[in-house]
Amino acid sequence: MRHQVFRELPLVLDAVSLRAGSVAILDHVELAIEAGAPTLVIGPNGSGKTSLLHVAMGLTAPTEGRVLWGGRLAAPPVRRALVFQRPVMLRRSVLANVTFALARAGCPWGQRRPRAEALLERVGLADLAGRAAPALSGGEKQRLALARALAREPELLLLDEPTANLDPASARRVEAIVGEAAAAGVKIILATHDLGQARRLAGEVVFMTRGRVRERAAAPAFFAAPATPEARAFLAGDIVL
Amino acid sequence: MIHRRRVLAALLAAVLPAFAGLAAPAAAQDKSITVASTTSTEDSGLFGHILPIFEKETGIAVKVVAQGTGQALETARRGDADVVFVHAKAQEEAFVAEGFGVERFDVMYNDFVIVGPASDPAGIAGTANATAALKRIDEAKAPFVSRGDKSGTHTAELRLWKEAGLDPASEGGDWYRSIGQGMGAALNTASAMNAYVLADRATWLSFKNRGDLKVLVEGDKRLFNQYGVILVNPAKHPHVKADLGQSFIDWLISPEGQTTIADYRIDGQQLFFPNAPEKRT
Amino acid sequence: MAETATAWQLIIGGDPTLFAILRLSLIVSLSAVAIAALVGMPLGALLALTSFRGRGAVVVVLNGLMGLPPVVVGLGVYLLLSRSGPLGDLGLLYTPSAMIIAQAVLVLPIIAALARQTIEDLWRDYRDEFVAMGVGPAGRVAALVWDGRYSLLTALLAGFGRAAAEVGTVMIVGGNIDGFTRTMTTAIALETSKGDLPLALGLGILLVAVILVVNAAAWTLRSVGETGRTA
Repeated sequence: MRHQVFRELPLVLDAVSLRAGSVAILDHVELAIEAGAPTLVIGPNGSGKTSLLHVAMGLTAPTEGRVLWGGRLAAPPVRRALVFQRPVMLRRSVLANVTFALARAGCPWGQRRPRAEALLERVGLADLAGRAAPALSGGEKQRLALARALAREPELLLLDEPTANLDPASARRVEAIVGEAAAAGVKIILATHDLGQARRLAGEVVFMTRGRVRERAAAPAFFAAPATPEARAFLAGDIVL
Repeated sequence: MIHRRRVLAALLAAVLPAFAGLAAPAAAQDKSITVASTTSTEDSGLFGHILPIFEKETGIAVKVVAQGTGQALETARRGDADVVFVHAKAQEEAFVAEGFGVERFDVMYNDFVIVGPASDPAGIAGTANATAALKRIDEAKAPFVSRGDKSGTHTAELRLWKEAGLDPASEGGDWYRSIGQGMGAALNTASAMNAYVLADRATWLSFKNRGDLKVLVEGDKRLFNQYGVILVNPAKHPHVKADLGQSFIDWLISPEGQTTIADYRIDGQQLFFPNAPEKRT
Repeated sequence: MAETATAWQLIIGGDPTLFAILRLSLIVSLSAVAIAALVGMPLGALLALTSFRGRGAVVVVLNGLMGLPPVVVGLGVYLLLSRSGPLGDLGLLYTPSAMIIAQAVLVLPIIAALARQTIEDLWRDYRDEFVAMGVGPAGRVAALVWDGRYSLLTALLAGFGRAAAEVGTVMIVGGNIDGFTRTMTTAIALETSKGDLPLALGLGILLVAVILVVNAAAWTLRSVGETGRTA
């Protein structure tokens, strides 16, 4: 790719805090994320998962601390992409949503259509290429958002609760696409509160409550023996604040 | 200002191509004059009758902007017309005296009539005395519509009230309605209200929405309505097409132009009576 | 126009004067809308996508200008274009160009204000995705205008309706000159003042019909665009 020279990884959050008035949304987060198996960010609602992803994407600047992508500060989002919890569809056809993303990623005009069709094939939307994107179902929208994100040939792909509002079958299709991307070498950071999903996808787990990273561990270790009482309570299905 | 000019210039640059196809209906655009005239000459159809004849003969297209006499003179004062053709002699002479016009020529006359409802609540029908009729309307407090627009007809109306020793415009009274509009609008209003109104005969004859209105007073010499034509002074406004404008004036007061005016009739009635002085040398 | 002819006879008989008037009306109003769109759309987009001190006041003023009285616009343009005015040397008063300028001024705030609203609403939807995709300012405007095109078309139609229906500016700056600057609306005003109310009404119905035809064409365009696209 044209942007090979820029690296997004490692992603480093160095003493990152995000405050709104007196409320700490993120509180002294220290994370260094390398290439490898997917990182699953789990924790109760309001624990700061979404804010963590937005900071990691560069959408939100931290009030304290630094974020580095491949050793660079304030790097434009060249080979990283974010799929929002509720992705917004451009008011165009499904295919045009993908070609738009390809164009933004610097794909030459002549290659856009074949590449967009290949991406739609990859997310299982090839049959709906001519449909108006806003008219898609929730699961289809998530898959189209994934296709747009993958159009950027990301080195780092951030996903915010991508299956939160989907039925189990749709959720599985999204997970399969994410799994394939991970297998192809894309670094995945995925926020979820679905423990089953975390077990299925995780290489490692980052557990958060109240804006802090409480625990970070390889998935088997985390699920077998969580180190903190909060994580134990969360895994047991108790309400954790 | 400079900025606004640039914006406008850009606008014009965008507009002009759209007119490539518009040049055709505006034929002889290069050889045309603008005449500021009155609603009575336009609405009565006089221009529709004489201008094609003039254009055929001279190749000069005449664009008529029909306004009240006061507004027509103002248009000419600003230099937006080449010729004025109106009917308020005192105002016309002032216009020439101020240097805006070259010279005034009598062209033709028609007359005013007092129009009112057939029921005639003020009882003026058959009176040959215009001021006496107005006095009766005032006494009866019968509805009266005034143009109120500084036009030639309005000027004549105010002169008649003055000669009758009355001043309803400033004394008020809700029977006197000043509408500030043209002759046609005044007739429409009078027709709707069954009111009296002073109208020029030409507009009256060509007016179609008469309702119960009819001519009640006519024939008084004071109802005489003289039209004059003036070339706008090129010394004041250098862009005035003096040659073409003068050609139009010369034609209007020539025997041929005068005959053409006399020939215009509606339902057999002659609307305008040419009375230009013998042509100067 | 013949004294005894009714509007229907003129329409059915294909009266050339009537069609010249209709043509002029359409050329003037459509040109005015095109110019106003050229200026107003980017202006609306700019206002939608930028923030600066006093932006709220600018939006309020712009929205308020949608109610500009045609007579006031006509008078302003008249004073500007009159031989005694600052642009008098152009000799544009009492020409179709003057009518286009005046109507463009009249319609500009409508198009700019509606475009701003449309694009701002869409931008609120798109903002996060565009930032995440790294879409630059030019790309943003292009994408917002394209995706909002059907709503923007409605803004253009609102502008066209206003321009085609108004009589105030074209009467003042056009002068209602027979065969040169007479439009449908000034012809209606003229026939009304001549007391020929049936003819005036007939012309009015014809004008409404033409405005409906333009709207129907736009609607068809939209329907075809929405259902017929494959890419």
